[in-house]
Amino acid sequence: MTTETLALPADWRDFLALTKPRVMTLVVFTGLCGMLAAPIPIHPVIGFTAILCIALGAGAAGALNQWYEADIDAKMKRTRGRPLPAGRMSRDSALQFGVGLGVFSVLLMGLATNLLAAGILTASILFYVFVYTIWLKPRTPQNIVIGGAAGAFPPLIGWAAATGSLAPLPVLLFALVFLWTPPHFWALALFVKTDYANAGIPMLPVVAGERATRLQIGLYTIPMAVAAVAPWPLGLTGAIYGWVAVAATAWFALLAAQITFRSTGAEDRMRPEKRLFAYSIAYLFILFGAVVADRWLA
Amino acid sequence: MTPDQQRLAAQRRNARALALVLGVLVILIFALAIAKIGLGWSHG
Repeated sequence: MTTETLALPADWRDFLALTKPRVMTLVVFTGLCGMLAAPIPIHPVIGFTAILCIALGAGAAGALNQWYEADIDAKMKRTRGRPLPAGRMSRDSALQFGVGLGVFSVLLMGLATNLLAAGILTASILFYVFVYTIWLKPRTPQNIVIGGAAGAFPPLIGWAAATGSLAPLPVLLFALVFLWTPPHFWALALFVKTDYANAGIPMLPVVAGERATRLQIGLYTIPMAVAAVAPWPLGLTGAIYGWVAVAATAWFALLAAQITFRSTGAEDRMRPEKRLFAYSIAYLFILFGAVVADRWLA
Repeated sequence: MTPDQQRLAAQRRNARALALVLGVLVILIFALAIAKIGLGWSHG
């Protein structure tokens, strides 16, 4: 074998890309807010370690997702530059990296905090890989409805890391992220529908059409809004969170309604859909930030 | 740069990144152990 035929080793930046750092940002933030909203303060070093474990666990899930979906990613414009479809890394390397990172994150979480937090972290990684990526995503348009639970675990993990138990507030935060996922992802799916269709992924706009997807976005926004505002009337948070939640959710509902009540986005290149997708990310940051502000300022 | 030099440069970059990650982890585990001992953590 000549040296020219040997491929370059995967760069550390490729391993970083494998962890989906942008998705990780939201996961880390919601986990941190779950921890800071807990009534029991956590030692800063232990708290930092717990957040690191949530990040590493999310990175492991992202790496295993890319390992399993390498051939699908190669068919989509949005994902074909990732390390595996671009040929910068072998699938074995991605698998070993994902499994190693996942096991390490769970062990470190167990040692640093408690078994409950480590258990929920394990469940979230396994749920994302086996239930969402392998089972639901290639089979049903309801993939992100049920699979959304995987991304909703971090506030529970953060709270459990601080307290060693669970309570109604983190469960409502779980419900909020769970119910937020369908309108968030379907807004994206509306403007990258062709990509999903080419890859053979049965996303709702591909299987049921645009109109049904728009209706579902509107319908899912209703229980999401209830979950978002509920902590205030239930006495789990104060007025700071309450008013922020009401205002931010009203804006979300307005953007969702714009999408629900139109039949096509062809004439304006899906601008309202892109606006809802972008705002939906900011929305979670605003609400989780408000939970912490309410806990610390009220 | 020849392919051999490129490979070597890539391996060096990765080795530096790995060393940095391991160094940070060692410091973190030390800090964690000190924090747990400070909170009265006993093993077993």
